[in-house]
Parts: sequence; structure tokens; C-alpha cells
Amino acid sequence: MGAQLRLLRRRIKSVKSTAKITRAQELIASSRIVKAQLRMQAAVPYEREITRAVSAVVSNTSTVSHPLTVAKEQPRRAGVLIVTSDSGFCGGFNANILREAEALAGLLRGKGIEPTPFVTGRKGVTWHTFRHREMGGQWTGFSRRPAYTDAKAIADTLIDAFTAEDGIDEIHIVSTEFVSMLTQEVVVKRILPLVVEETTEPPPVPLPYFEFEPTASAVLDSLLPRYIESRIFTALLQSAASEEAARRRAMKSATDNANELIRVFTMQMNQARQAEITQEISEIVGGANALADAAAGKE
Amino acid sequence: MAKLRVGVVSPEREIWSGEADMVIAKTVDGEIGIMPSHAPVLGVLVEGGVLRVKRDSQSDLVAAVHGGFISVADNDVSILAEAAELGSEVDVAKAKDALERAQASIEANQDDADARVEAQRNRARLRAAGEDV
Repeated sequence: MGAQLRLLRRRIKSVKSTAKITRAQELIASSRIVKAQLRMQAAVPYEREITRAVSAVVSNTSTVSHPLTVAKEQPRRAGVLIVTSDSGFCGGFNANILREAEALAGLLRGKGIEPTPFVTGRKGVTWHTFRHREMGGQWTGFSRRPAYTDAKAIADTLIDAFTAEDGIDEIHIVSTEFVSMLTQEVVVKRILPLVVEETTEPPPVPLPYFEFEPTASAVLDSLLPRYIESRIFTALLQSAASEEAARRRAMKSATDNANELIRVFTMQMNQARQAEITQEISEIVGGANALADAAAGKE
Repeated sequence: MAKLRVGVVSPEREIWSGEADMVIAKTVDGEIGIMPSHAPVLGVLVEGGVLRVKRDSQSDLVAAVHGGFISVADNDVSILAEAAELGSEVDVAKAKDALERAQASIEANQDDADARVEAQRNRARLRAAGEDV
């Protein structure tokens, strides 16, 4: 067997096994998207209710000023929460987020605000440590399946940094929003100082006058951190679903590429085999002719 | 009489929703009972409280609710719990076990705040499950 033929056979075998792996990854990611979407939907009622409650307090108590809602006149430092994934194999998912985060950092510096990154997800953490950038906080190990306690831990760190004397004055969050199976968008949001995000349908009647137990400011004290936790939790869940969608897409194109390679290599292999056979035949025929000629010459 | 529309939600899932005649919850100021046409209220719930939802035809719905808020407006009652569990879902043996462990660590160290919260939570879980503690 010719050397070229053997080489091609080996390559086809290796590409085939790669295709099997990527195909399996694709299937795993598709089933995980569904689960991630379910978790995302399960979290919607809580977020809707807490947004309503925060709107109610804020609209009722315009006079109450809370450290979390008041913007500083001259912000100097900002925290940027960057939500990335723990594992790779998901195409441009992390690169897109990090690029957006860099753009935001540039924008903030232009305004004279020094950004501090807070990173979740092993990929983002590695990216920052490799460049020797200091991080305000880092969390890993839950990007595929975030729990509420993870969001709480992040929110606690951010709120502590925000309320500290010489802390940060603004908090932004850079994450991927799950729009649909095919579209995921990197979004940048400012979560502190708080801008209450209106629900999609504004209430038709003005919110009623609420009574507070025990007092409006005490309610606000415990409501706002919960609201921030819920916002971060939503971002984590959206990011988890987007990560799986990005992974599914990347793995699908990898499988398609592998199948295309197998097709090309098989064709080349067949050509090589045919050439080898043709050569063998012509050698045999040539040899036979030479023998026949030699025999004819003796007579 | 008008009914209350009640929703009990935690960050990770919706725990229960339906109609009810009365809702009793424990806020930091004390127990609060909500009946239809109650004035709008927004209250902070205590850690390790028990929520009771009274329905006329069926037995009461009892849930252990840990932290969070109750918001009442226009006969809509929402309980936003940081963590919550229906009484029927509580694993009594496990909760008892956890309570004993928490009490043991309180005895060992009086300032163990985490253990206190843990004990309170498990007591609420057991009460929601209908046990006497």
C-alpha cells in the first residue's frame, strides 16, 4: 500500500472520531438549552414581582433617599461585572463579551472614571490573570447552572464595594442576553445607582398608596439588595442559556466541517487507490511485454 | 365575597399560586393577616416564618418562608421569598436532623449566628409540615 494512501486513511479516521465528539457535544448542548430556558422562565415571576415592589416603593417615597439610589455627582471609580463561561467550545461567546467589556472600560476612562473588573466564569478570569489585570472579585464554577446563592454572593461583594467609603461609585454589568435560540446579544447595563427597569407593560392605573411594615426606609433597605440580586441572577441565567446556544452552534459547524473534510479526504483516497491500481496494472503489462519481446528475440 | 389572588414565588421557581380567602404571614413587626379588600401593604418577612393560606373548600396551605417580602395591592398578594418550601414538601426526618445539628453547634458556641438562622429555618420547616417544635 502506498504511503499516501495510508496517510489519508489515518486522517479520515481521526477526523471521523473528532466529528463524533463534536456531534455528541452538539446534542448535549441542545438538551441543556432547553433546561436552561426552563430555569430562566421559572425565575421570571420573582423578578416581575420584585420589580413591581421596587417601583411601588420608589413611586411612593420620592422623598426617601437611599445610598443605593443616589448618584454621586462626580463618579470616579466604576465596577464592571463581566459574565463569562467556565468552559470553552462555545465559539465567540467569551470573546464577544470581553470585547464589549473592553469597549465599556474605554468609554468609562474617557469620562474620567476608573473601571474595576468583577469577573464570573473561568474563561474571563483566565483572560484577566493572563494580562495581569487586577480584579475586584472573581467567581467560577457555576456558569452552566447558576444558583441563587451564587448571585447573592456576587451581589454582596458588589454592594459592599459600593457602600464602602472609598469604594466604587457605579456598577455596570456586561452579559449575554438570550433573545432566541439563534440570537444572543451582549448587553451592557448599569445596575447601580439604581434605575428601576420598567416592566414591559406599564400599569394602566397609577400605583396605589402603600403602607409599609415596618417603615418605608426599612423596606427599601432590604428590598434593594434583593432587587440587585435578582437582576444579577437573571443575567447569570440568561448567560447560561446563551452559552449553551453558542456552544451548540459552534459544535454544529465543527461537525459540518468535519463531515466536509471526510468527504474530501475520501475522494482523494479513492483517487490515490485508483492511481496505485492503474500503476500496478501498467507495470505488470509492461513486464509481460518485455518478457514476450525477449522470448521473440531469441527465436 | 371577593377572593385574594395569591402567588408565592422564590427566585428559582414559582412555588404556588391560586385563590384564597385569607393569608397569614409573619413580618418583622409581627403577624399580619390579609383578607380581601385589604389596603396596599409592603412588608418585610422574618427569617424562618410560617405562611398560612386559608381556602374555604380545601385545607390550609402552609409553607415555610425564609426572608423576603409580602406585597398586597388590589386583592393581589405576592409573597417574594428568598427561599420557601410547602409544608407537604418538607422532608421531616432531614429537617429534624438539621435542627438538632444546628442546636448542638449553638450550645457549643453561643455566638454562632449561622447556626441560629439554620435552627430557625428548620423549626419553620417542621412547623409548616405540621410537627410540634
